[in-house]
Amino acid sequence: MVELTAQEQTWLAGEGGPAMQLAMQLILAAAEVSGAPHLIPIEMAHINSCHYSGRLSLDFAEFLIAGGATLSVPTHTNASLISCSTPTLRPESENPVEVAGALRVMEIYEELGCTSMWTCAPYQQPDGRPSFGQHVVGSESNAVGFFNSVLGARTNKYGDLLDISAAMVGRVPYSGLHTDEGRRATHVLDVSSLSPSALQDPNLPHLLGTFLGRFAGGRVVAIDGLDSASEDELKAIAAGAAASGGVDMFHVVGITPEAATLDAATNGISVDTTTLTDTDLLAMAGLLSTATGDEQLRSVCLGTPHFSVAEFLELVVLLDGRRVDEAITVLVTTSRAVSAELDVRGLTSVLAEANVDIVLDTCTYYTPISSGLDGLTMTNSAKWAYYGQGMLGVPVVFATLEQCVESAVSGRLIR
Amino acid sequence: MILIPDGTWLIPGPIDGASEFVRLDEPLSFWGGFDAATGTIIDRSHPQHGQSLAGKLVAMPGSKGSSGTPGVLGEAIRRGTGPSALIITKADINLVAGALTAAALYDSTCPILLVTQAAFDNLSEVSNET
Repeated sequence: MVELTAQEQTWLAGEGGPAMQLAMQLILAAAEVSGAPHLIPIEMAHINSCHYSGRLSLDFAEFLIAGGATLSVPTHTNASLISCSTPTLRPESENPVEVAGALRVMEIYEELGCTSMWTCAPYQQPDGRPSFGQHVVGSESNAVGFFNSVLGARTNKYGDLLDISAAMVGRVPYSGLHTDEGRRATHVLDVSSLSPSALQDPNLPHLLGTFLGRFAGGRVVAIDGLDSASEDELKAIAAGAAASGGVDMFHVVGITPEAATLDAATNGISVDTTTLTDTDLLAMAGLLSTATGDEQLRSVCLGTPHFSVAEFLELVVLLDGRRVDEAITVLVTTSRAVSAELDVRGLTSVLAEANVDIVLDTCTYYTPISSGLDGLTMTNSAKWAYYGQGMLGVPVVFATLEQCVESAVSGRLIR
Repeated sequence: MILIPDGTWLIPGPIDGASEFVRLDEPLSFWGGFDAATGTIIDRSHPQHGQSLAGKLVAMPGSKGSSGTPGVLGEAIRRGTGPSALIITKADINLVAGALTAAALYDSTCPILLVTQAAFDNLSEVSNET
């Protein structure tokens, strides 16, 4: 039995209107399903309900706005189905229902008072970055992993419908990763036996994340034996693990905030250890590439999750003033906030000169192939490789950023 | 037909044990892993890739991956391309949210029954001929 406050009971009874009532019903159902004793207040939300995935997305949004929905906490929008900066990716003439639906859904969530971030990496901008210990709502799978693991904020993965409901009532069930016990590492993945070359592979975080996703099976795992990891590398682990296995939290001993030591991550409780080998990583690399090697390279997709300023700087350095081959499409997805930062640094024109297309608001692995993603695609993102194979059905080569750049410039696959 | 075991109703039944039965060996991300237009599994790494779930009684461990699962499950229930009922082993808030919303907006139901791993493993077809 979930204990409800007077306010929560008022919403449930419909006295706040039908939208608040349905939101409260969804949150109460989630609390009952997860065995939570009561609800707890949250401080911000990053929602995926604003991503159109069919008529239900639109009907639900219309129901909310007509039914008097209001937000209780600052609420930020995840990436959309469509890009407002590059509408040609999904031409309205070819996809009239989807594009009109996606535009209307975006508009409704703006009307409800959401901050228009349209990014899967809200943590790359100050107002979308929760603090250590805050209870929040995360939805997009890499953001959930990043909030919990890298920032020490607390969230379960609230899918669409639930995420905006939580933002409306300002509460979530007290369960899972909101509790201390739920965040404790119950298994260790020891990477200290990897060879020096594996440890120096720029794609190690993506491969490690992919392995973690397939291995964790719902457990919170502490990765032990990494000397260092940048924020972008932690982002890659989070995204890879979330895509391949739905990992909502992990620790990296000595690096992430709740794992200053292995004992801190496990709360001093003895747990089993699995040793990661070079062979395991090779197997992951094999899963992420489906190309036979005979196909002509058509495109390079970067920015899954959305590219950071640091990653754009690395890209500019690797391009070194060279232009992408005319036959190759290079798409880099990022947020409006990062794009504005590129403008300030004079990098937008540098990238345009190099034939690199910056795409805002969306991601490219669910973009229709009519937009040019119709053949061999290279990516440095495990998440893109994982989803792109199934959703676009194109042959994929997973490679380092440097290999992606060299291939794009030369017009042929270089590995 | 399937003998429906005891469990906890996350979305109230009844479930018709005579429905066509499908068992998924691994969790599924409905968004990105399932096409609500056709009702089939499109995740190439899923053991049941290509399987249709439309109108089927589906036993599955739970959902995984993308946060778009509630919306896509709800959309499939709306279109009639979704499962007729789910039997799951993980208390899965995202599947429940999709089914509840479809019920609220369209009055279309998809009962969800939570069962133990042992009951899940024992699910099997029995003859209904007398």
